[in-house]
Amino acid sequence: MRAALLTEYRKLVSTRFWWILLIVMAGYLAFLAAVIAFSVNAETGDGGAPGVPAASGVEAATIVYSLVNAIGYVFPLVIGSLAMTSELRHGTITQSLLVEPRRGVLLAAKLLAAVPLGLLYGVVACLAVVLGGAPVLALVGDGAFLGDGDVLQVLAYGALVTVVWAVIGVAFGALVTNQVAAIVVIIAVTQLVEPIARVGLASVDALAGAAAYLPGAAADAVIGASFFASMGSAEVLSRGAGIAVLLTYAAVLAVLARWTTLRRDLG
Amino acid sequence: MSTAAITVEGLTKRFGPVTAVDDLSFTVRAGAVTGFLGPNGSGKTTTLRMVLGLMRPSAGRALVGERPYVEHPRPGRVVGSALEASSFHPGRSGLDHLRVYAPQVGVSDARCREVIDLVGLGAAARRRVSGYSMGMRQRLGLATALLTDPPTIVLDEPANGLDPEGIVWLRGFLRHLAEEGRSVLVSSHVLGEVQSTVDDVVVIARGRLVHSSSLAGLAELAEHTTYVEGPDRGAVARLVEQHAWSAEPSGAGWTVADVAAPLVGAAAHAAGVELHELTPRGRDLEQVFLRLTAPPATEGGAR
Repeated sequence: MRAALLTEYRKLVSTRFWWILLIVMAGYLAFLAAVIAFSVNAETGDGGAPGVPAASGVEAATIVYSLVNAIGYVFPLVIGSLAMTSELRHGTITQSLLVEPRRGVLLAAKLLAAVPLGLLYGVVACLAVVLGGAPVLALVGDGAFLGDGDVLQVLAYGALVTVVWAVIGVAFGALVTNQVAAIVVIIAVTQLVEPIARVGLASVDALAGAAAYLPGAAADAVIGASFFASMGSAEVLSRGAGIAVLLTYAAVLAVLARWTTLRRDLG
Repeated sequence: MSTAAITVEGLTKRFGPVTAVDDLSFTVRAGAVTGFLGPNGSGKTTTLRMVLGLMRPSAGRALVGERPYVEHPRPGRVVGSALEASSFHPGRSGLDHLRVYAPQVGVSDARCREVIDLVGLGAAARRRVSGYSMGMRQRLGLATALLTDPPTIVLDEPANGLDPEGIVWLRGFLRHLAEEGRSVLVSSHVLGEVQSTVDDVVVIARGRLVHSSSLAGLAELAEHTTYVEGPDRGAVARLVEQHAWSAEPSGAGWTVADVAAPLVGAAAHAAGVELHELTPRGRDLEQVFLRLTAPPATEGGAR
C-alpha cells in the first residue's frame, strides 16, 4: 500500500494540472471574497447586491471566510475526479493495473492520496479568502476578525471539509469515468443543481429536512457557517452528523465505483 | 526449459455475439522468443490482455510460470510488458512515466534513468510525452517493459509506427533480449518484422490458432520455388511441359513453383537439357503466413 500511495503521489505531481487548478482556485476565491466582503457590508438599498445577505461584525466575516466551502468546493472535487478519469482518458490505467492488479488497492490508494492534496487545496483556499476578504472587511466593515475563535474555526473546518471534497471527487471520478462528463456534472451540480435544490427543498415544509442532507449543506454544518445558510435556507445538521453525511457520500460513491467501473475489463 | 514461460489453455473471449478469441491454446517456451502473429483484428491484443489479467476470459485460462498473472505477488517483476504506444499521459515526461510505476515494481530512480538510456531516449527523458514521435513512444513502452529486468517480456506490436531504422534497431534489441536468455512473446501483424528474431511462431486468425511451431516448422510449409535457365529456351519449355510443372516465364528462364531445385536438375539431366542456372528461390514465409491467415473463402481456419 505504501508503494501504491507513492505511485499515486507521483502520478499527481508529475503533471501540471494540480498547480494550475490551485492557482485558479486561489485567484477566484480571493476575488470573490473581496467582492462578497464588500457586498455584505454595503447598506441595503444603497449598492447592496441582490441575493447577497446583509450582515455585520463577526457574522459578515464568517460568511466571507466560509466561501472556501460554499464556492470553493468545486475545485477539490474536480482535481479529485481526475485521479481516475485521467487514467482512462490517456490509457495509463493499463500500466497502472499491470503493476497493481488488485483493483481495490488501486482505488484505495487514490482515495488516500487525495487527503494530502485536499489539505493543500484547503489551506490555500483559506489563505485566498483571508487575503481577498480580510482587507475589505477591515476597510468597509467592522473588521477582519482573524483572531476570533468562531472565524478561526470556520477556516480550520473549511480546510478539513476540502479534504473530504477531494476524496469524494476521487470516488465520483471512479464512477463517472468520462473526464468531460465528470467535470461537467461536478460544475453543474455544485454551481446550479445543489444551490437550487437547497433553496427549493427548504421552501417546501415536508422536504425542508432533506435539504440538510445535500452534500453542500452537510459541509456547511461541519463548518458552522455558510453563505447559503445565511440566506435563510433553514435546517442545519450537527457538525458530527455533517461529517458523517459527507463521508457516507464518499463511501457510497467509492463502493459503487468498485462494483461498476473496476469490475469491467479495463486497460 | 522445463516450465513454459506462458501457458494459454482454451482461452476464449466473447464480446456479446462476437467471439474475439476462440479456444486458443499455446505455450511460450522459457528462454525463447515467440512471435505471436496474426492479421489486425485477429485477437492478438485481446489474448495478451487476458494473459496479463486486464481482461477476464470468458473461458479457459492463461498462466505466467505456474500461476495466473494477477496471482503473482508483484507481477511487474515477473513479466515486463508494453501493450500500447499511446498509453502515456501526454503531460508527463518520459522519465516521470517510469518513475510513477517504479515504487510498485520496486526499482529506484537510477534504474529508471538506466532503462531510458538503454532504449536511446536519454536526451528526451525530461521532455513531455506529448512531444514524442510514435517511435519514441514505442521505445518508452519498451523501457517500461524492461524496468524490472524481468525474465519474461510481452510486447504488443512494438514495431508499429517505427521507421525502417527503428525496425532494424528493434530487431537488434529483441535479439539482445533473447541472448540474455529471456522469454519473449512479441506480437505482430507482419511476419517480416520479427522473422529474423523469433525462435517459435504462434499464428492466429479470427481468434483461432492456425499454426504453432518453431520458425523452421513454418518454413517447411513454404512452397519450393526454383528458377531454371538454359541456352535453349524451347528445350526448357518442353521439360516444363513434360513434367506438368506450374511454371512461369521469368527473364531468360522459368520460375517453377512447388518443385525443389534438385528435382528440376535431375529431370533436366535425364532429358539431356543443358542448364546455365538452377537456383532455389527463397522460401517465402510471408506467403505461408498469408495463406494460413487468409479468410475462410480461400482457406479454412483449420486448427
